[in-house]
Amino acid sequence: MARLLDVHGLTVELPVAGGWVRPVNDVSLHIETGEALGLVGESGSGKTMLSLALMGLLPEGARASGEAWLAEEDATSKGVGNDPKNLLTLKEQELQKVRGREIGMVFQEPMTSLNPVMRVGAQIEETVRAHEPSVSWSEARARALAALERAAVPEPKVRAQQFPHQLSGGLRQRAMIAMALADGGSGPRLLIADEPTTALDVTVQKQILELLDRLRRELRLGLLFITHDLGVVARVADRLAVMYAGRIIEEGPAREVLVRPWHPYTEGLLGASPKLKRGKLLPIAGNVPRLDELPPGCAFEPRCALRRPECAAAVPELRAASADHRARCILV
Amino acid sequence: MTEFLLEARDLKKSYPRSSRLLATAAGDDEERIAAVNGVSIELAVGETLAIVGESGCGKTTLARMLLRLIEPDSGEIRFAGQDLRAVRGAELRALRREMQMIFQDPFASLNPRMRVGELVGEPLAIHEPAMSRRERLERTAAVLERVGMGADALGRHAHEFSGGQRQRIGIARALILRPKLLVADEPVSALDVSVGAQILELLAELQREFSLTVLLISHSLPVVAQLATRVAVMQVGNFVETGPAERILNQPAHPYTRALLAAVPEVPAA
Repeated sequence: MARLLDVHGLTVELPVAGGWVRPVNDVSLHIETGEALGLVGESGSGKTMLSLALMGLLPEGARASGEAWLAEEDATSKGVGNDPKNLLTLKEQELQKVRGREIGMVFQEPMTSLNPVMRVGAQIEETVRAHEPSVSWSEARARALAALERAAVPEPKVRAQQFPHQLSGGLRQRAMIAMALADGGSGPRLLIADEPTTALDVTVQKQILELLDRLRRELRLGLLFITHDLGVVARVADRLAVMYAGRIIEEGPAREVLVRPWHPYTEGLLGASPKLKRGKLLPIAGNVPRLDELPPGCAFEPRCALRRPECAAAVPELRAASADHRARCILV
Repeated sequence: MTEFLLEARDLKKSYPRSSRLLATAAGDDEERIAAVNGVSIELAVGETLAIVGESGCGKTTLARMLLRLIEPDSGEIRFAGQDLRAVRGAELRALRREMQMIFQDPFASLNPRMRVGELVGEPLAIHEPAMSRRERLERTAAVLERVGMGADALGRHAHEFSGGQRQRIGIARALILRPKLLVADEPVSALDVSVGAQILELLAELQREFSLTVLLISHSLPVVAQLATRVAVMQVGNFVETGPAERILNQPAHPYTRALLAAVPEVPAA
C-alpha cells in the first residue's frame, strides 16, 4: 500500500478573548490508498476542525500549522506518485482544485449541503464543470448519472430531475456521495466523511455504511471517517484514532483498539456506550474540559479513575503498546 | 391483578397531506396521512415501556396524545382510572401534575431567560400556589441535588450549563411534582456518549426510587435495552410487535424488529 495522506504535527488555533485555544493540538496521522481510518471523538474533541483544516475550510481567523501531505496522483494508474503537496500551504486557487477533484467530502446533514432550489442532477453536473470547465454539458450529465448509479440511487434519471426535499434522508446522503465522487475522470482518491450517518435511521445508516465500504474497495479510496459512534466506526474502519481535547490519545487497528483499549478514555467510552445486551453502563464522571481551561498534564486526568500524581505534571507522549497500537497514557 | 396507570384504546390521529390551502387548490382535501393508526397501549404501574421506531413512525405523536398535548381523532385514554379525554378544568390540571415529560433537546426546552431555580420551581408555583416561597426553594434545591446539581445552580441560567447538566435540570423540573408517569422522549439522543450514560443511569435510579411508571420514546434499541421492561416496536402508525424487553431483544418475532436489531452497529465483543 502507498501512503495517500500523511499529517505531521497539525495544530489549529482559534482566537478567543485573551488569547488562542487549540481545538487540534499536534496531531499526526496517515491514510494509505484504499484504507479506512476512523477518527472518533465526542463533541469538542477537535475531530471536525481537523477535517476542515485538511480541506482548507477553517473558519475566519483560525490559523493552522504543521504539515498535511497529499500524495500526487500517479499518471499511470490510480496509485500515488512521488510529488506530494502540503494541503496546509496551498493557495486558495490550488485548494479549490484539490477539493472535489482529489478530496471528496460528505457531511452529516445533506440537506444543508445541497441547494434546495436546484435539481439534484444539475447540482452534480455543476460540480463536475466547476472543477473541469472543459467538460461539455452532455458529458457532465452522463457523469452525473453515472455517479448517481455508482451511489446506488434507484432510478437515477428520475432522481436527477427531483429537488433535494423530494428525496428521503438516505437518498439525499446517496446524492451527496454521488456528488463527492462525480468529479474528474477518475474521481477523488480521498473521501472525508464527517458523521455521514448520524442523522439517519439505523436501517438506512446500515445501507449507507455498506455503500461507503463498497465504494472504498471498488475505487480504492482512502477514507477518513469521522464519528462519535464506536459501533459505526467498528463497521467501516481498518484503523482507529481516538481524539480527546484536541489530541489523538489512542490509535491502532480498529478491532484491537475496541477490544483491548489502552487509554482509560477509550475504555470509558466503550463502557458508556449502550449495548443491545442489558448491563450496567459505566458513565465517565464529569464533562469534557473547555479548551481554554485545559489542565497542564493529561487532559483526561481530572476524569480518570486510574490517575496518578504524575499525570497532572505533563502531557504524556503517545507510547507504543504493540507494533501498531499506541496510547497517550503513562500506564502503557 | 395488574394495576394499569394508563390505558388507551384504538387511538387514531391523521394529518392532511399538505396544508389546507394547497390541498383545496389541488382538489384533494380528503387525502390524509395517518400518523397513528389505531394503537392500543397499557402501562402497568411501575413498569418502563419503550416505544421504539424510526423517524416518522408516529411514536412522538402517540406520546403527545397520551399526555393530551394533542387531541386524538378518535379512541379512549384512561389515566389512573379516569377518562382523560373527558376531564376539564381543575380535574385536568390535577391529572396533568401526575404526568410529566422530558425532551430530547434540553437546549430548546428550557426558557433561556429564567434562572434554574425558577425553571425547576415553576411547576410547584403553578400547581401549589399556597406553598411558601421558602418551602418551594427548599424543595427545588432538594430535587436539584437529587439529580446531581449543586445549590449554586439555582441562581444561574440554563445556557451556562452543558447539555448533560441541562438534561438534569429538565429531569428535576419534571420530578419536582412527584408525578406518577414520566414520559421521556429521546432523552439522550442529543448528548455525547459519556454524558448520555450518566443520564440513563440517573433515570434508572430515579425510576426505582420514586416508583415511577416510565414511557420511553426512542429510535435506539441499545438505549431501550438499558431501561425498558417492555418494548413496543412501531412502524408507520402501528405497533408491529410488543412484549417483554428480554424477548423482543433476544427472540424478535416480527421481520421489522429483526431488521432493526440487525442494523444496530455494535462494538465487537472482547
